[in-house]
Amino acid sequence: MNASFTHGDLEAIWLTVELAALVTILLLALGSPIAWWLARTPSRWKRPVAALVALPLILPPTVLGFYLLVAMGPHGPIGLLTQSVGLGLLPFTFGGLVVASVIYSLPFMIQPLQNAFESIGERPLEVAATLRAGPLDRFFSIAVPLARRGFIAGAILTFAHTVGEFGVVLMIGGNIPGQTRVASVLIYDHVEAFEYTQAHWLSALLVVFAFAALVGIGSLTIGGGKAAKP
Amino acid sequence: MIAGIRARFSISYAAFHLDVDLHLPGSGVTALFGSSGSGKTTCLRAIAGLERAPGGYLSVNGEVWQDDATSRFVPTHKRRLGYVFQEASLFSHLSVRGNLEYGLKRAAGETKGDRLEHTAEQLGIASLLDRSSERLSGGERQRVAIARALLARPRLLLLDEPLASLDLRRRREILPYLERLHDELDIPTIYVSHMPDEVARLADHLVLLDNGAVAASGPLQETLARLDLPSTFTDNAGVFIDAAFDGHDDADDLTRLSFSGGTIFVPRRAQAIGKRVRCRIEARDVSLTLHKQSGTSILNIIPAVVVDMAPTEHAAQVLVRLDAAGTPLLARVTRRSWHNLGLAPGSSVWAQVKTVVLIG
Repeated sequence: MNASFTHGDLEAIWLTVELAALVTILLLALGSPIAWWLARTPSRWKRPVAALVALPLILPPTVLGFYLLVAMGPHGPIGLLTQSVGLGLLPFTFGGLVVASVIYSLPFMIQPLQNAFESIGERPLEVAATLRAGPLDRFFSIAVPLARRGFIAGAILTFAHTVGEFGVVLMIGGNIPGQTRVASVLIYDHVEAFEYTQAHWLSALLVVFAFAALVGIGSLTIGGGKAAKP
Repeated sequence: MIAGIRARFSISYAAFHLDVDLHLPGSGVTALFGSSGSGKTTCLRAIAGLERAPGGYLSVNGEVWQDDATSRFVPTHKRRLGYVFQEASLFSHLSVRGNLEYGLKRAAGETKGDRLEHTAEQLGIASLLDRSSERLSGGERQRVAIARALLARPRLLLLDEPLASLDLRRRREILPYLERLHDELDIPTIYVSHMPDEVARLADHLVLLDNGAVAASGPLQETLARLDLPSTFTDNAGVFIDAAFDGHDDADDLTRLSFSGGTIFVPRRAQAIGKRVRCRIEARDVSLTLHKQSGTSILNIIPAVVVDMAPTEHAAQVLVRLDAAGTPLLARVTRRSWHNLGLAPGSSVWAQVKTVVLIG
């Protein structure tokens, strides 16, 4: 057991990090308004929307992957859209992986954020309004800093969950080296090819990473009792 | 420009209905007084725009903030007001200075460099500026909240029982600051309270709310001397009189106060002559005689004229409203005494006052 990672392994690790980082950033931007809306709306659409957002938690990744594949295909709504704006088709591209991962990891960003926004309560926002802060100003100057633990937790969970996804990647992205072959898929390949040493090294890396992520989240929630009472 | 505040709201919840139509003076302190559940806070929140009262109307010194007849509703952040909540509600992610700057930065108008320091000085929090807002005592937090509201340059200051969450000692610590603000600032203020002593010390104008409706509204002294108030108020009926320190009687350790109806004596107080003071005389501490008594231990005997009389919740007692040369007084006497003395509106009497309480 000498050389730990091959060139192919490093390429897959780098691709995984790239994908997870991009998905985390996109979901921070996309998830905060949805979480904010869910945390505060009295609308009757709140429950259906919350259920829709949570769907990837329990849906088999193959089901989600299948529908996304169809939607992004040449006759699907997403496929027609991407073709019309000149992006071509998304399946079996890195872009396709990003779109699929954003949807698949949505609940991991939204739920911690929604909880954090809800625990702020109405009062700090009312105070800010009486001090002339408009709605957008209130969101950035009060809600975001008071919900910072939710943002950190959501980012860690999203990143870790994207690193760990397998089924959706396989359905949407296939297994193209340097483009869609991420670490979890490569482990599967190594095992199929009886390259157990390589599989061990990659698997151990993911275990250490997942452990570190959970320790990070845990330290947040221990100190997080404070964030709950503003 | 129409001076004053006009507020007409009608809000219905499941088991509560607020229906008020207020005309308040455009300066000085107005107290919204009533027991809990009387609608004081809801009324204040509606004025701030935090509570939406459909069909309402609100104008503050000529500025219309809500007029549903013309679909006008100025959102809270565009109303130039300051609001101090019951709990200080400081922003926990900001320091004391950060909290104060929050309102200061967003306030309209030119910003003089030392306004923050000056206001912090006024409220005695200058030494706390760099502290975390979570490391303050209850009284300090509330003073920071008041300073924060003032720094936003409000044209109307709304205080929702700012002392209610504090113990007696902290309350005593803050009241002088509020009194100073009253004297030094020219911002119309609405002060919600259920504590008679706070109202007496701070208010110029009084609105009594009872079960979501206005029971009485008017200048403090006049309003408290009204007879037609609900029993929650007549139980502790009494009046406030504004007097001035007039002199000291060294031999007997007494201090003389003068007011429009005459003079009264209170136990000696070390106060400068001429300083104004507010005192409270409760109706149950006032008895009436037809002729000035000489053989009595009562020190303060004030000539007055009977204005009218109202029954109280106790059938045996009546409440008599008096006029002492312009100062209203209330006396609680038995109905038998009312008849025995042959009292009627216009009768001249002597009001014997057993206790005078100096407020502040």
